[in-house]
Amino acid sequence: MLIDWFTVGAQALNFLVLVWLLKRFLYKPILNAIDAREKGIAGQLADADAKKTEAEKEQTEFQAKNKAFDEQRTALLQKAAADAGAERGHLLDDARAEADKLRSDQAIALRNDRTRLGNEITRTAKDEVFAIARKTLTDLAGASLEERVGAVFTRRLGQMDAQAKETMAGALRAASEPALVASAFDLPAAQRATIQNALNETFSADVRLRFETAGDAICGIEFSSNGQKIGWSIEGYLTELDRKVDELLDAQPAPASSPSMAASQQKTEPAKPDPKTAPSKRPPVEVAVGAGAR
Amino acid sequence: MNLTSDQQILWQHGFVKLNGTIVTTWAMMIAMGLGSKLVTRKLKTEGAISRWQGLLEIVVTGIEKQIQDVGLNQPKKYLSFLGTLFLFVALCSLCIVIPGFRPPTGSLSTTAALALCVFVAVPLFGVRGQGLTGYLRTYTEPTVIMLPFNIISELSRTLALAVRLFGNMMSGVMIVGILLTITPFLFPIVMTALGLLTGMVQAYIFSILAAVYIAAATQVHKQAVSKAPPSG
Repeated sequence: MLIDWFTVGAQALNFLVLVWLLKRFLYKPILNAIDAREKGIAGQLADADAKKTEAEKEQTEFQAKNKAFDEQRTALLQKAAADAGAERGHLLDDARAEADKLRSDQAIALRNDRTRLGNEITRTAKDEVFAIARKTLTDLAGASLEERVGAVFTRRLGQMDAQAKETMAGALRAASEPALVASAFDLPAAQRATIQNALNETFSADVRLRFETAGDAICGIEFSSNGQKIGWSIEGYLTELDRKVDELLDAQPAPASSPSMAASQQKTEPAKPDPKTAPSKRPPVEVAVGAGAR
Repeated sequence: MNLTSDQQILWQHGFVKLNGTIVTTWAMMIAMGLGSKLVTRKLKTEGAISRWQGLLEIVVTGIEKQIQDVGLNQPKKYLSFLGTLFLFVALCSLCIVIPGFRPPTGSLSTTAALALCVFVAVPLFGVRGQGLTGYLRTYTEPTVIMLPFNIISELSRTLALAVRLFGNMMSGVMIVGILLTITPFLFPIVMTALGLLTGMVQAYIFSILAAVYIAAATQVHKQAVSKAPPSG
């Protein structure tokens, strides 16, 4: 008999026990381990997805911030460039105004210096002219300058035309105060007397006189009464001298501090004739009669 | 010559006896239980796993996938029964390489016991899946006339399961035993290797047939319900 029924029953029971054993020690632990691992992997994948989503979000935010930063930087750069341009313009304008002011001040100072120098030259030249003339007259003609000036003044009085003489006479008559004889130097008593006599003869009256030494104000001798004047001066000579001095000063090279200005002046202004070689135009001795004219 | 190990009586007391089949089965049970216990003692749920754990996971998930492929959508409910069937038969087949080992599945009593287990398990799973009436109604499908034929089919397939496994396993062992007496050299080794192959195939066939029977018992009613027109 191939089938032993006791063995069949025992084997069936053994099989059921084996089913329980394997379920207890094999299937359940293995399946639990697989489920736990799958759950862990799913958790890791979910975590990775969450991190990826977070990273993408942060990337988007970063890109947006970066873009905003670039735009802000560009705007700031443009504003800075515009501000720098405006500031540069302001600085250039300020510098230009400063330079113009300095140039103007320098021109004013130069003009003042020239004026002061011209006045000094005029005064010195007047003194020198009178000194040279006085010495020359004394050495050559044995006459004093005051004497010769008085003589010339007297002669001029005599040579006055009738209209001028009448005008001056009217002024003398209308004057309440003595007429003034002002000279650049002290007139000796003899000269004063000679002038007094000449005036008396010229205007046929006893002209009351008051003598003053005017110093720098008058470059000769001047007779004035009630706004009318007559006189002789070397102002013409001095004017000519002053003009030549100006020409000399203009011909001088410009100061080292402004070579461009000197160059431009030398270019624009024509060459002046050498005062030493140019023919001197000696002006005539000025005799003026008129209201306030000198 | 003993055809089966049933005839190796080690101890007997009346009807109760202890033969070679029962003893080798116990040995197989102890080996399988202890092996499982040892391997699953230190299971890892993350990181690198041990080779034995990997092997058992492959075996278990492979059985699970095969059950699912047969049509059982909840393979974990049937894994214990069908998986144990396959593992027991397969391990018995593998052990024929051990000299002097006579597999329990080479005993018609063992295969009949396994077939009886399947015979009992099929209606149990069927009743659990679709209720008693639902399961009993499957015997009258498609018509009531088919009831005796269905019953005969249920009995015959159980017999076929038992005899198929017994014949294949016993024949393999017998052929090797006979050939050892005729040509004791290379030829028995080739036949043993062939017996390993046929043993694994028989383990697969036995398990898959059991799964197919269970699937048929649990899903016929579902198919009928899905084919019925919607009520209401």
